[in-house]
Amino acid sequence: MARARKRNELSWGQRISLLIVALFIIVPMFATAVGGFKEVGEMRTNPFGLPNSWDPHKFVEIINGPTLFPSMWNSLVVALGTVVLTIILSSMAAFTFAHIRFFGRKMLMSFMLLGLLFPAATAVLPLFLKLRDLGLLDTHLGIILAQTAFSLSFSVLLFHNFFSELPKELIEAARMDNCSDTKIYFHITLPLSLPIIATVGVFAFVASWNNFLLPLISLNTPEKYSWPLGIMQFRGEYGTDWSRILAYLTLTILPAIVFFLAAQRYIISGLTGGAVKG
Amino acid sequence: MASTTKPATKFLDGRRFTLLIFLPLPVLIFAVLVVYPMVDAALFSFYDWNGFGPMTDFVGLENYGDVLSHRHFPKAVRNTVIIVVASLALQLPLAMWMSLALIEKSWGVNAIRALFFLPFMLAEIATGLIWRFVYDGDYGILPAIGDVFGAELPYVLGDKVWVMPAIVLVIVWKYFGFHMMIYIAALQSISKEVIEAAQLDGVSKWKIILHIKIPMIKSAIMISVFFAMIGALQLFDLIFPINRWRAEPFKPHHCKLSLSIWYHTHEVRLWRFSQRAPVRWLRCDHPDIQTNIVITGVNQWLELAREMNSHGGNELAS
Repeated sequence: MARARKRNELSWGQRISLLIVALFIIVPMFATAVGGFKEVGEMRTNPFGLPNSWDPHKFVEIINGPTLFPSMWNSLVVALGTVVLTIILSSMAAFTFAHIRFFGRKMLMSFMLLGLLFPAATAVLPLFLKLRDLGLLDTHLGIILAQTAFSLSFSVLLFHNFFSELPKELIEAARMDNCSDTKIYFHITLPLSLPIIATVGVFAFVASWNNFLLPLISLNTPEKYSWPLGIMQFRGEYGTDWSRILAYLTLTILPAIVFFLAAQRYIISGLTGGAVKG
Repeated sequence: MASTTKPATKFLDGRRFTLLIFLPLPVLIFAVLVVYPMVDAALFSFYDWNGFGPMTDFVGLENYGDVLSHRHFPKAVRNTVIIVVASLALQLPLAMWMSLALIEKSWGVNAIRALFFLPFMLAEIATGLIWRFVYDGDYGILPAIGDVFGAELPYVLGDKVWVMPAIVLVIVWKYFGFHMMIYIAALQSISKEVIEAAQLDGVSKWKIILHIKIPMIKSAIMISVFFAMIGALQLFDLIFPINRWRAEPFKPHHCKLSLSIWYHTHEVRLWRFSQRAPVRWLRCDHPDIQTNIVITGVNQWLELAREMNSHGGNELAS
């Protein structure tokens, strides 16, 4: 009964607008997904419908091609490196900010949060020069380090919020038992923090996987390209052969969608429970 | 604090030891790769320097003058302002409207929420390419929609009037779900008693929304304004693939120029293609332009950042 009443709360205006927005979201994705099966001429005559044949030869061609898998592999390596480094560094920093009182703690924490204001795009050139001076241009390590540095602010904030809410008694009890802070971090804080580790990890992974600007400025060797560079290169080669480009797009988007569905819980809890706590 | 009452017999007690292990690495990486480049960005802008060798040629504000008087600059600023204003004025109301409709949990609602949030998870570059296709004058979806209604639509990306609305639409498509999620989370945190009390008093549904719900999630709205503004100001990945009109070699189409693209075209690419013959490339730096132009916006960021710091980001939306 109550359920039925709640459903009725949606006005017709709301239902219609939900439908319109849903169509607005779906149509471009659907067109992309089926576009890879259509011939170029077919795209003109039959833009919305299902393709005449489900012949996957373009997909096969791309999968067997020289760029798709190597570039996705590169992206994966960079993303995993970023995730591991981000989790280790930001949880350590957040732990000291949350549980150890020391001189300049607040100032240092504010300093680390500065990055919330300046994502990588704002200082691309100086960052490029810094990477060059450190000899990290055209290396995956350079991208991993830079991405980690720029994701630190957000993840320190997430970890700090989580650590501050852990029961104080637990930490105090451990201190009473002469447990050192380092041990507390490894044996108490971290094991209790798996949800936030997952959230930070998922965020760092997605940001790295989708990153375009940093690989663009730092990578020069095509063999080291990440997939966004790979797809832009492919686009450059095939111009307006949209059918091939859409097939390539679909193949690169698919893992992202699968990952999103699998990790949805952590992504949404990161949005709602961490930075913008509900 | 238990640890401070402990007799610190030696200099390197457990606390200091932990600090020494835990802190230097993150702080160092952050300082070298985030803060240092930011400071450099401000410094470079006063020099004429090609990126190699020592920086000696101090030119004062000349770079700023060059940028401000560049023929594409006013357009870049105008477009950036349009993007900021439009993404605030369109996205946030839409996100609010949708979040109000999707607040009650059910199987269907969860699916719709996930669908609306999905574009946010897609790479900007993929989104840009999808929409580049949708807008394509020859094979795209938009001309086909026009055909259905019997209207001859222009090639929107090549049209001076239509290009900005087209780009704003892409922004809404990609980002409104993110703001919607923020609002849903905030709306769910409003205590049921307040709403029920108002309902008992016979307050209508829309009045409850307008006078109780929205004021109660004000801080969440501030957060989403903050993200929308920052996002709009540094839009790059999304416009980059859209910008490549008819797959010509890189040639920015000036209607589509936003500040960050303008900066990229004129600084990074220009420089990368002329590495062997260094040109005067560091004429001015983008963050400085932005801070000068959009001063009100920046103030807003700083204020929000201060708020985030003082609350540790904790009570912002609660």
